[in-house]
Amino acid sequence: MSAQTLHFVPSADFRSRTAEAVSDPQLRRSFRGAMDFLQGKRSAQFPDANELEALRTLGEAVRQHALQNLPQLLEQLEQNLTRNGVQVHWARDAAEANQLVLQIAQRAAAKKVIKGKSMVSEEVELNHFLAQHGISCLESDMGEYIVQMADEKPSHIVMPAIHKTKEEIGQLFSEHIPDTAYTTDVDTLIQTGRRALRQAFIDADIGLSGVNFAAADTGTLWLVENEGNGRLSTTIPRVHIAMMGMEKVVAQLAHIVPLASLLTRSATGQAITTYFNLISGPRRAGEKDGPQEVHLVLLDNGRSQAYADAQLRSTLQCIRCGACMNHCPVYARIGGHAYGTTYPGPIGKIISPHLLGLDATADLATASTLCGACAEVCPVKIPIPDLLIRLRNEASRHPDEQVSHALKGQGALYSRSEKWAWKFWSGAYSKPGRYQSMRWLVTRLRWLTPAQQAGWTRHRTALRPAARSLAELLKAQGIPE
Amino acid sequence: MSARDAILNKLKVSQQPSGAAQPVALHTAEALCAQIDAHFDARRAEVSHAELLQQMQQALQALQATVFCASVQDWPQQLAQQCQQGGVRSLLLANDGDECRALSVALQSADAQIVTRHYPATVDDWQDVLFHQTDAGFTVVDAGIAVTGTLIVRSSPQQPRTASLVPPLHIALVYASTLYADMHQAMRAMNWAEAIPSNLVMISGPSKTSDIQQTLAFGAHGPRWLQVWLIDDLNEVRHGGAA
Repeated sequence: MSAQTLHFVPSADFRSRTAEAVSDPQLRRSFRGAMDFLQGKRSAQFPDANELEALRTLGEAVRQHALQNLPQLLEQLEQNLTRNGVQVHWARDAAEANQLVLQIAQRAAAKKVIKGKSMVSEEVELNHFLAQHGISCLESDMGEYIVQMADEKPSHIVMPAIHKTKEEIGQLFSEHIPDTAYTTDVDTLIQTGRRALRQAFIDADIGLSGVNFAAADTGTLWLVENEGNGRLSTTIPRVHIAMMGMEKVVAQLAHIVPLASLLTRSATGQAITTYFNLISGPRRAGEKDGPQEVHLVLLDNGRSQAYADAQLRSTLQCIRCGACMNHCPVYARIGGHAYGTTYPGPIGKIISPHLLGLDATADLATASTLCGACAEVCPVKIPIPDLLIRLRNEASRHPDEQVSHALKGQGALYSRSEKWAWKFWSGAYSKPGRYQSMRWLVTRLRWLTPAQQAGWTRHRTALRPAARSLAELLKAQGIPE
Repeated sequence: MSARDAILNKLKVSQQPSGAAQPVALHTAEALCAQIDAHFDARRAEVSHAELLQQMQQALQALQATVFCASVQDWPQQLAQQCQQGGVRSLLLANDGDECRALSVALQSADAQIVTRHYPATVDDWQDVLFHQTDAGFTVVDAGIAVTGTLIVRSSPQQPRTASLVPPLHIALVYASTLYADMHQAMRAMNWAEAIPSNLVMISGPSKTSDIQQTLAFGAHGPRWLQVWLIDDLNEVRHGGAA
């Protein structure tokens, strides 16, 4: 499992992967079932609409406060973590983050890393990088473990193996884990996974985890999980490395209370998860267990681009609950892999352009009906549809146009013919005389309408102007225009 | 320039962001705390300790934990008996405090064939025993949260992290006097921020996962079973005299 061949799939293939996904009935069933389940669980957690609204307002205020003070809070976090004995590292991009982890691992003469769930480590493709340097990474979150075994990527940020059936997992386990008979009994499968990973926690030199929230005032990393693999990864190995997107810090430990409640209820419909694991330093004098070294790697990787713009900054309010994808009609139909990015679904569409550039992600923002379900369920009120429209505009802008805050990959969808088409359209519609003559022409020449109309007719019948315009029909009835 | 300075400079330069979006209302950190307090305080009903105890019990049962209610005098004998009946062969005691000693004595007098394990100075060379030869871990937790059935465990020399994590059965003792209504109240009243331990864990039920087709399964990596002993100490003196 050490030789991993996982990469960001270029977003250029987005359309073909989408077509593939929608014609896979098994995949459609898996996602439909999972989405219905998660939507039901979430809504059962919020019976009181007023309480939900008040909590969302609080959550939004906490995150906005944190972002307004981000550089100062990061300095304070660093200071307090350092005081607590945690070593803090900063990475501008994925390559720097990987290099930092490698250096820590090499200093510790580490060969084996056991991983709790970390989306940032997926974002920087850490497993692949460390494998190239002879260090193996084993995922211990059950979903991540399954996905790693299948040589795939997570298809959901909270439930990584949501696309897999128990039959597929039974098959995988019987092939990859010694002395394992095929079964579709979920309890047996989980116990098999537990047994297979037990010794790995002891054998690992390093435990690597993500971070859900960080409190600047106490120097605390707050981890949320159900399985206990996160606790084991951050407790048993001698060295613990946490990786965190730099936007996750908040000012005070007390500020996390509403966020934690919003996170678990929105993500999996739980009032609280089995474990909230608050780490504020390595093993102290006299303590019998816990890591002897704790490191935190803070990652920018394009986040500062979103930060610099008032509207796009709200992207960084995200607490990664996944509710937006659970309620997205597009995600439910194409699944997480079609996006080709670490973060799929609505949040992926608005964060990935900053991480990877619009040139690599331009199609993502167009794959939305703008129905607004994502914004409605977002626990921190990110106006996702507004951000999608903004990103569409940035992608279709001329690449050389001067704007106050240019995004990486601006103009990736710029098309001269489209630009002219809109110019023509607005010209025709802004002068009554022109509009009337065009209307007359279009109705009279309707027989010229082509039967194949680019993308439109792939799944729909061809558009054809009516024989007479509405104005003409009204006129015929004696009603003035 | 170091990565650190480069990142911080970039953020500071753009702290007042470009773009015409409406400015967000500025809160101070303290004003936010006041809002958070108001939110949770307004929604918290005044309940008696007896009601809190009942709430805790119900929440724990909903999480598939096993709950026993016992008195300050009787729990050691009852717990020893329960271990014996439950087939526990080896029991890890988190420390040498009053409760662990009382349990040890009860196990001896019950003539239970249960090996009690005690922590060595560190677990580093003891993982094999801990992971493969220990059926249950016994801890006295620091506090409880009634609404979610949560146990609060703060690491210290007397409170090792692994006792509540590695053995397949976690036996937790909770004093009724340490129960709080919700997390917000517990954090405030216990003043977590003042002296934060290296590891503060909130435990709500046994380890679980729904990672395979949203089917709930217990004992993913942490304890498969959680047994909670709720001790009604409100009108009595605890073992060892610490009220």
